[in-house]
Amino acid sequence: MTTTAPDVRKPVKPKRGGVIGNAGLYLATGVAALLFLIPFYLIIRNALMTDPEITGESWKWFPTDIQWGNITELFDDTTVDFAQALWNSVIVAILHTTGILLVCSLAGYGLARIPYKHANKVFYAVLATLMVPTAVTFVPSFVLVSSLGWVDSYRGLIIPGLFSGFTCFLFRQYFLGFPKELEEAARVDGLGYWGAYWRVVVPNSLNFFAAIATITFINGWNSFLWPLVIGQDPSAWTVQVALSSYMTNQTVNYHLIFMATAISILPLLLVFLFLQRWLVQGIAQTGIKG
Amino acid sequence: MSTTTARGVAQPAPAKVSKDRPRRGLGASSTLNFWLFTGPFLIGLVIFVFVPIGWSIYLSFFEARFTVSPSEFVGFDNYVQILTDADFLHSLVTFTVFAAFIVPATWGLSLGLALLVNRLRFMRAFFRSVFFLPTACSYVAAALIWKMSIFNGVRFGLANTVIGWFGVDNIAWLANPDPPWYWLVIVTVRLWLQSGFYMILFLAALQNIPRELYEAAAIDGAKPGWQTFRHITLPQLRATSTAVILLLLIAAYQAFDEFFNLLKKATWGQPPLVELYKMALGENQNYGVGSAGAVVLTMLICVVTLFQGKIMGFGRGDESK
Repeated sequence: MTTTAPDVRKPVKPKRGGVIGNAGLYLATGVAALLFLIPFYLIIRNALMTDPEITGESWKWFPTDIQWGNITELFDDTTVDFAQALWNSVIVAILHTTGILLVCSLAGYGLARIPYKHANKVFYAVLATLMVPTAVTFVPSFVLVSSLGWVDSYRGLIIPGLFSGFTCFLFRQYFLGFPKELEEAARVDGLGYWGAYWRVVVPNSLNFFAAIATITFINGWNSFLWPLVIGQDPSAWTVQVALSSYMTNQTVNYHLIFMATAISILPLLLVFLFLQRWLVQGIAQTGIKG
Repeated sequence: MSTTTARGVAQPAPAKVSKDRPRRGLGASSTLNFWLFTGPFLIGLVIFVFVPIGWSIYLSFFEARFTVSPSEFVGFDNYVQILTDADFLHSLVTFTVFAAFIVPATWGLSLGLALLVNRLRFMRAFFRSVFFLPTACSYVAAALIWKMSIFNGVRFGLANTVIGWFGVDNIAWLANPDPPWYWLVIVTVRLWLQSGFYMILFLAALQNIPRELYEAAAIDGAKPGWQTFRHITLPQLRATSTAVILLLLIAAYQAFDEFFNLLKKATWGQPPLVELYKMALGENQNYGVGSAGAVVLTMLICVVTLFQGKIMGFGRGDESK
């Protein structure tokens, strides 16, 4: 099956490499893949071991006795409220994603499709913000958010991140390529911009929305600097801030730290497994093509 | 192609208006609609991006310690202070060294992985997923694995275990700036985390190269392998390479998470953002000097980006691509 596929597609194609070349190719890829998987393996290994096993004299590839109890121990541990941090991350990542999709897609559509005299100037103002990396503005942003009294709140964690010039830009590029005929048909049927957008454009763009949603969700879940700045009180910590705090704790409980890490990665691995097709397409499509 | 779309942006729009106008007089209503769609975003952009930047510039001329309201106008004193601050200047050196390693390394590794995966005949999706998977991992989680399980200074780290098999003594990877082993730790974390993402970009670009080019080259007698790679693949990947390098540089500028977590207590290897974080939110909470640092850094990034754009021709006629 697999051997016939390439021949059908391109009969003229000269055979690359042959058997030895292919073996070498798969050997190289396999070794690289193994190296890429080792860190994941270490998380699982450590999460299910006891501390003496992790820190023991000799390296052990497998736990002698799988410690499922580490999960309950993690959530019973009172030094860091990991359940609270997980909950915060879930709320923040979901609202961050929904908000960004809503705000940035509308703006991107407006910039791409609605004729307005000064639209170009507005677009350049958006482009200008791309020059200033968001991470550099964290000092002034913190100053602003703290004077609004939003430190340690969901508002502070979520709202300032919604106005992403980059996402707006990606949506604009996408809508520029959206087939006009579909919208014109809707207009003929008497829909305004608003109606055409919600009833024709969005339903026909779900693939792109899904791709952006996945990328945004991953970024929201993984972001660290802003939640670190805003989460002054442990009750407002996200998973990433909680993980970071483990690293400086006085007493290091390896098995708990790695169980927490494993749990923090799990939601994203699930997202990856289920949405990979969109993710790969989305990244390949999102404007950065040659 | 890019230029045609660039022109096409502005022109179809008026055409559409004139077509619609006789029917429903869209002139005023389209302006209204424009603001309806873009308004919420623009208001937020002004409040949460432009105002902070403006405030930061303002604050950088004032004394502001432990408070976000400026107390005393100090002129350029904050700028003098930040530009003579040994730690801050050192952080710029750190960034330069870091970028000099990570940008070419990631470029090479992600391109290499893309070439490998692209040549596979079966299990392609599997290997692509494996290399892509670390994108799901956060810098914090990765730093944790690197610091506590791979590059421990003690025996139970994987790296020391492996070099122990060859009779090499344990190395204190992060605890010592001399020799600077910490660079190996920092660079490998980021390589692992980001290569898969850029591999996807290269894979997409590789699949866009017309097969006829390779067939033509084969007829002209080019040997498959290095010759075709150098004369066909690489030039065809030029646009993607440029974008990738620019993205890598910007990402390197924003380096914070892994440095902060791996070298928390260290005095060496601190990039600019970590220094700014310490300055503004550390023990001294000096927002004035911190803001001055943010302004200096932003200007530096703008200069580098523009300069790179000029050299590599990125951004010209690209604005709508």
